[in-house]
Amino acid sequence: MKIWPSFLAALALVLLAWAGVGLFHWQTLFGVVIPYLAFLTFVAGFIRRVVLWGRSAVPFRIPTTCGQQKTLPWIKQDKLENPSSPWQVLGRMCLEVFLFRSLFRNIRTEKRGAALGFGSAKWLWLGGLVFHWSMLIILLRHLRLFLNPVPAPIRGLEALDSFLQIGAPLLYITDLTIVFALTYLFLRRVVVPSVRYISQPADYFPLLLLLAAALSGILMRWFFRVDIRAVKELTMGLVTFHPLPPGQLSIGVIFYIHIFLVSCLFAYFPWSKLMHAGGVFLSPTRNMSNNSRAVRHVNPWNYPVKTHAYAEYEEQFREKMRKAGLPLETE
Amino acid sequence: MYKGGGIIVGLTVFCLVATAPFLLNIGRAAESGPTLSLDTPAIHLLSDPSCVESASYMRAEHMRLLAEWRDQAVREGRSEYVNSAGAIFALSLEESCLQCHSNRAEFCDACHNYAAVEPYCWECHDGGATGS
Repeated sequence: MKIWPSFLAALALVLLAWAGVGLFHWQTLFGVVIPYLAFLTFVAGFIRRVVLWGRSAVPFRIPTTCGQQKTLPWIKQDKLENPSSPWQVLGRMCLEVFLFRSLFRNIRTEKRGAALGFGSAKWLWLGGLVFHWSMLIILLRHLRLFLNPVPAPIRGLEALDSFLQIGAPLLYITDLTIVFALTYLFLRRVVVPSVRYISQPADYFPLLLLLAAALSGILMRWFFRVDIRAVKELTMGLVTFHPLPPGQLSIGVIFYIHIFLVSCLFAYFPWSKLMHAGGVFLSPTRNMSNNSRAVRHVNPWNYPVKTHAYAEYEEQFREKMRKAGLPLETE
Repeated sequence: MYKGGGIIVGLTVFCLVATAPFLLNIGRAAESGPTLSLDTPAIHLLSDPSCVESASYMRAEHMRLLAEWRDQAVREGRSEYVNSAGAIFALSLEESCLQCHSNRAEFCDACHNYAAVEPYCWECHDGGATGS
């Protein structure tokens, strides 16, 4: 079982924060030092990863396409599936980044009796889309703790997210959807035998870490409530580089568990599969236009090959060729 | 680096987005949260100014308490709240809470604005905003 290392790692992180703040009262460590370090690791690691990717050459023009290439004017080009200009690539990338278009094409392959059957499989796409959009909205919503006064768009987003007006404090729709989506994405790896077979601890861990971070936030909002004003004083202290002195950090342990899990997520991000956030933009099969018939694509690390063109060859052996009676292109 | 221009533009955008909470706060001093005013006539008259529960409890839990009060008053018809010390209070936002905290702008709204919370209490109760 490859789940247990990931599960135990996530559990250990929760217990670490609980012990660190609940037993040893290391509020400054968990509330100030670790968040700063995690954020630095995130930004520096992200840049390092992208620069490493940028330094690896793309030897061939290799967009994956599944539509009609640009050709004769009376044959209709599929501009999104087979882009030939930068703007068409942009359109394709936007659909990929915002709507996961290539995952939408995911199909299920199965034996139907003796025949091989292909069926539509949209659940992964839907689960992924719901998770990512919930995550984005939750991230943006959290800006209310980092900006003062809170800008109207953030307030509006929050009002929209809580418009069902259930409970007090109000229920966020994205809190429900992110937990459902993460649970689905996790169970998919556990239940489907073929997916479980290829799942590694590095696949389970981010899901469990995200789930733990989301659940700790939900627990903090509805079950073990904390003084939100004290939380905002702490977060504002962080983003203005005036972190609160240790005496003012007495917030419930659940808050420190939450911020520690989120810090771990940030610190883990650049070294893990989560870097697909940057990688989607650098995917050569997606971000290139399919213009290899129109434009010559030269491998950037081509060795400077010594060539000897026919014209030069003829120049070199002109006399010998003439004597042998061979035809010459130029006299 | 190959496609260096694109990579640098992309990383610049990433850095700006990732550090936006820091950048947007440049030039701001560390601010503590709003100071809540307890300066109302009703509180001055109290010999022992204390809320229905402890201050730390109220800071974290007042929204849940009020939601429970609402349900108890509207659905169960209850009118008394017995607190953890056994004292009895009127189970009513307007008759208990807002009697003392009649300064909505300096008390309720101060924190709610700071934390960007928009409770819908005021859609029915005006909280002295218009001078009840």
